[in-house]
Amino acid sequence: MAETTVDDAFVEFERVQKSYDGETLVVKDLNLKMPRGEFLTMLGPSGSGKTTCLMMLAGFETATHGDIRLGGTSINNIPPHKRGIGMVFQNYALFPHMTIAENLSFPLEVRKMGKSEREQKVQRALDMVEMGSFGGRRPAQLSGGQQQRVALARALVFEPELVLMDEPLGALDKQLREKMQFEITDLAHRLGITTVYVTHDQTEALTMSDRVAVFDDGRIQQLAAPDQLYEEPENSFVAQFIGENNTLEGTVKEINNGLALVELDDGELIDCKPINVSQPGERTRVSIRPERIEYNKDRLREGVHTLKAEVLEFIYMGDIFRTRLRVAGKDEFIIKTRNAPDQQRLQPGQQIEIGWLPEDCRALDA
Amino acid sequence: MTDTTQSGPMLAADGTPLKRSLARALRMQKIRALMLIAPLLLFVLLTFIFPILDMLFRSVENQIVSSTMPRTVAALQDWDSESGEGPGEEVYQSIYFDLFVAAEAKEHTKLGTRLNYEQTGVSSLFRTSGRRLDDIGEEFQDVIEDVAPALKDGATWYEIMNGTGGEAVAEAAKERFGRLTDERARGDLGYVPSADIAQMLPHTTDAYADFATFTTFEDGDSVAEEDPWEAVYAALALDLRDPDTRAAVAAYSGPGAEHLQAVAAAQEQLPDFTFKDALVDADKDWGNTETLRTIQMYAPNYTSGYFLNSVDLMKSPDGVQARPENQQIYITLFTRTLIMSLVITGSCILLGYPVAWILANLPMRTANMLMILVLLPFWTSLLVRTSAWKVMLQQQGVINDVLVWLGLVADDSRLVMINNQFGTIVAMTHILLPFMILPMYSVMQTIPPSYLRAAKSLGATNWTAFWRVYFPQSVPGIGAGSILVFILAIGYYITPEIVGGTKGVFISNRIAYHISSSLNWGLAAALGTILLVVVLILYWAYDKIVGIDNVKLG
Repeated sequence: MAETTVDDAFVEFERVQKSYDGETLVVKDLNLKMPRGEFLTMLGPSGSGKTTCLMMLAGFETATHGDIRLGGTSINNIPPHKRGIGMVFQNYALFPHMTIAENLSFPLEVRKMGKSEREQKVQRALDMVEMGSFGGRRPAQLSGGQQQRVALARALVFEPELVLMDEPLGALDKQLREKMQFEITDLAHRLGITTVYVTHDQTEALTMSDRVAVFDDGRIQQLAAPDQLYEEPENSFVAQFIGENNTLEGTVKEINNGLALVELDDGELIDCKPINVSQPGERTRVSIRPERIEYNKDRLREGVHTLKAEVLEFIYMGDIFRTRLRVAGKDEFIIKTRNAPDQQRLQPGQQIEIGWLPEDCRALDA
Repeated sequence: MTDTTQSGPMLAADGTPLKRSLARALRMQKIRALMLIAPLLLFVLLTFIFPILDMLFRSVENQIVSSTMPRTVAALQDWDSESGEGPGEEVYQSIYFDLFVAAEAKEHTKLGTRLNYEQTGVSSLFRTSGRRLDDIGEEFQDVIEDVAPALKDGATWYEIMNGTGGEAVAEAAKERFGRLTDERARGDLGYVPSADIAQMLPHTTDAYADFATFTTFEDGDSVAEEDPWEAVYAALALDLRDPDTRAAVAAYSGPGAEHLQAVAAAQEQLPDFTFKDALVDADKDWGNTETLRTIQMYAPNYTSGYFLNSVDLMKSPDGVQARPENQQIYITLFTRTLIMSLVITGSCILLGYPVAWILANLPMRTANMLMILVLLPFWTSLLVRTSAWKVMLQQQGVINDVLVWLGLVADDSRLVMINNQFGTIVAMTHILLPFMILPMYSVMQTIPPSYLRAAKSLGATNWTAFWRVYFPQSVPGIGAGSILVFILAIGYYITPEIVGGTKGVFISNRIAYHISSSLNWGLAAALGTILLVVVLILYWAYDKIVGIDNVKLG
């Protein structure tokens, strides 16, 4: 997905606002367009409004203002059971008094489907999530991962065009979560379902989504493909929230040729790419990814500015080395280096000089 | 590592079987746990288990007949009540002496009351004849004291009766005393029946032994100094009716033989009426074979009579029979209690379910506020609440007044809403409602709202989502509440008593009546036992149908 403008939108939020108490807005002026078949993740810290958006889309909350459209028609006044949207809940919400097959059969029954057709569809859905032989069990007899698969199958069994998932993998352990991440995206793309996925786990968001909407303070801070989001965050919240990030504060000294010279608070100078700054004298927060920092002088480009740093801590993490430095008076500066045969292992107390490519260093809002 | 392939039981490291060392390790823990609950266990045992066992026992216990009239019960054993003839003179003699002793102990009226449950009139029969027993004895006493003036004196009697070798007679008298008065006869009687006399004058010795036992243990007096009962004179006269006895007396040479011989010589002058005639003269009911048949029928130590009575049956010579129509009340009362308890449980479910649902779905703060309203009735006395319903429901009460004022009901045809089943159901539903709401609420609280949302997102309407998804999960709460309310209702007493009138009372009101008014504790115990069994059967049935695992209090 290249661009954020979508002409033929399947799901559309237009100027949507939501308030619970009439005093504060939980969702502020939300605009979002999703094409058919897209896997979109709503990512954000708790209280950022992402779940509220999902609930409005599902019909369990009503928008205070604005329009939500599905396939071009407004669904503001359509009750949840008529929206035909599949949903996977955080705790799965499998009905404990029904067997797995009965759980799956439920949405088909309420749609007055015949018995043989129902059984056939239930079996197909269970096979799809590799749970074909578990139809007679009760939810309590299944493991967390199995329940998760069943919940997914139940949300898909009535063949909805849109599926909503509310932190569905939150209760699983890391390995299972990674496996399920892959399975969910694979299934969604295979069946061509439009999916809205809510999570607060940024790794999950980056690995699964076509596009990610980063929520904070009731607004979408950035809506972009994962790589773009990671490498080109548009503001310091996104830069902070997605992945690990080093920030340095300073003032813009000059801007020319698409390059900004920033004077840090302790007087040192660095080169950056101006993103949210336009003129000298502006305060800025500079953001650099830990893995883009270089301390081997031979690999640095000629003439770039470098910073003095003192090694505080060296952590061996297997595939990478993680080193904590004191830079420009701050103790929390992190660099990550690949565990390669020729890689130098830094010692605490060692004085080094660090630098980076100016393109990797983004001058954002203060 | 333990070798798991070895045959035989698994062994611990020191070679003892693993099971035994596990048991030993756990024993201390078990003992400590037991010690912690010991006070409660003891309390429950003393105040709950024992009284219940006592109640179960009382419902079949019937020792009062055989302990009050031991000789009569023995004598009646041979009587065939079907023969159409009254029992022989021997039975009446036994009745006289038994009743005399019982009257001295003032126990005969208790037996009269007990037998009155089975046959009306027995109570007054016992009371009347109790007063006349002395008169019968005095007729003999007067003559005997005339012909042998020395026998006016208790010391002479003691001299005659006391001796050696008759310990068995005294022991029998002591045992009769113990059973009659529920007191153990302890210590020295101060009198040993003379074996010779006992052989020669058996009735006299028995009567004198009874007299001696009472004098010593009941009154605390010395036997030698007291004048004997009238019954002793009667017994002597009875003994002397036998010519063989008179011959033996004539040949007797023990202490005081001359006095006995004097009496024996004057036998012609002694009254010769039979004891049967004397008793019938005292109360004509003694001539009625029904009376004696009742005594015979209830002679055994244990009886099913109370239970039969509890289900409107009775014993008769032809076996178990239904009671007369006008005496049948218990089956009706049991049925009414069951049906009304079910109705009350049902109305509690209908009224409580929505309340519990609202409570469970409101925010915590509001729910707690409303919960106080639910619990508020608990802070008011039960009596006050019930009386309040009386004020509300009576014919000149609030509801009727409002209906009349609104013109819905004519002033001269005010609704009768109290002192009937309606009143009981309304008041008890109100009083028991919290017991339904609380378990339902705590179960509903555990049902996450996401289930309903999930159901709706899957396409179910509000009703389908509720009925297919929410309701089945709230059933354990309904079950717990229903069991609680039903069991409370089935044994409820105060409310039906106050607002139930005659049509709305429960079986428990009848039990209370028998405990405190009619004092028929045996019947009360039998009714209580049946109630207990009914509850246990229903509980068992509930377990079979719904499963007791399905009951949750939270």
